[in-house]
Amino acid sequence: MKAGVVVFPGSNCDRDALHAIALAGAEAVPLWHETPDLRAADLVILPGGFAYGDYLRAGVLARFSPIMAPIREHAARGGLVLGICNGFQVLAEAGLVPGALLRNASLRFEHRWVRLSVERRDTPFTRLVPAGATLRMPVAHGEGCYYLPDADLGALEAGGRVLFRYAPPEGNPNGSLHDIAGVVDAGGRVCGLMPHPERAAEALLGSDDGMLLLRSIVESAADAAWTAGSGAAASITSGAAR
Amino acid sequence: MASYRFAVSVMPKAGILDPQGRAVEQSLPHLRVDNVRDVRVGRRVELTVEAEGSAEARAVVERLAAELFANPLIETWSVEAVGAASSTLSAAPR
Repeated sequence: MKAGVVVFPGSNCDRDALHAIALAGAEAVPLWHETPDLRAADLVILPGGFAYGDYLRAGVLARFSPIMAPIREHAARGGLVLGICNGFQVLAEAGLVPGALLRNASLRFEHRWVRLSVERRDTPFTRLVPAGATLRMPVAHGEGCYYLPDADLGALEAGGRVLFRYAPPEGNPNGSLHDIAGVVDAGGRVCGLMPHPERAAEALLGSDDGMLLLRSIVESAADAAWTAGSGAAASITSGAAR
Repeated sequence: MASYRFAVSVMPKAGILDPQGRAVEQSLPHLRVDNVRDVRVGRRVELTVEAEGSAEARAVVERLAAELFANPLIETWSVEAVGAASSTLSAAPR
């Protein structure tokens, strides 16, 4: 299973993402944003950072990089895409996931540990998360306040496309509507989230909860036949227990 | 070819939380101003377009406004021509 990590000018979590996804069992390769070639990756990760310096709006300039065309085709074919933090902002600006990420309500850059509730475990991104588990991961962003107009937000919730919410005790760090920390697209194969699973991938870092997501994704990408809703509960492994 | 100068104003939509505007508003008492409200902070982009005519030039700016300068989900925008059209500006190498 090959995972490609996109490198934009200003990406700064690309090396972390390559390291963590390799730990999760993938062959990890970097993808330069100016080269419209996914190098046969089964999974594409858009990492955190400040692509194009976050000028104009976070993620918007990266949206027009040459690599985005094959990423769109990959997503249209049902390929897996994960956008972390700035990567989520790029996916949202590109319209590959719904919503927009506004300036944090606090007006501050929020960098701290948060706790996430996992709303669905029958997805390629969460299939290894034990029932009822919350995940401890760091956030580090200035524009993470999830927004979607009311009507669309209702449809998003009704469609079960909210994957992660900020949970107590730390709660919502940025003012996101409905405490939303991560969403998926209509097909359930493209996910964006603000917290950093790759920074919570080893116990040494303070948490390895992020590894549950990364291993879920690697397994899902490796298992081409696996589709949303087909036996997620059966695949929880002993390593996931905590 | 002529040069056309435009300004695009981008503003957060009504109802969208604008923490910058709120922060500015909260600082006003320090200036001893107490009769100002509804502060909203947006963005202005100015640009010059080389085109055969003003309609063609404006179409380019409208496209950039909708696809790049503003996010239609959260922002509104308006395009205005600024300064006179000129056919001499483009003499400079660029």
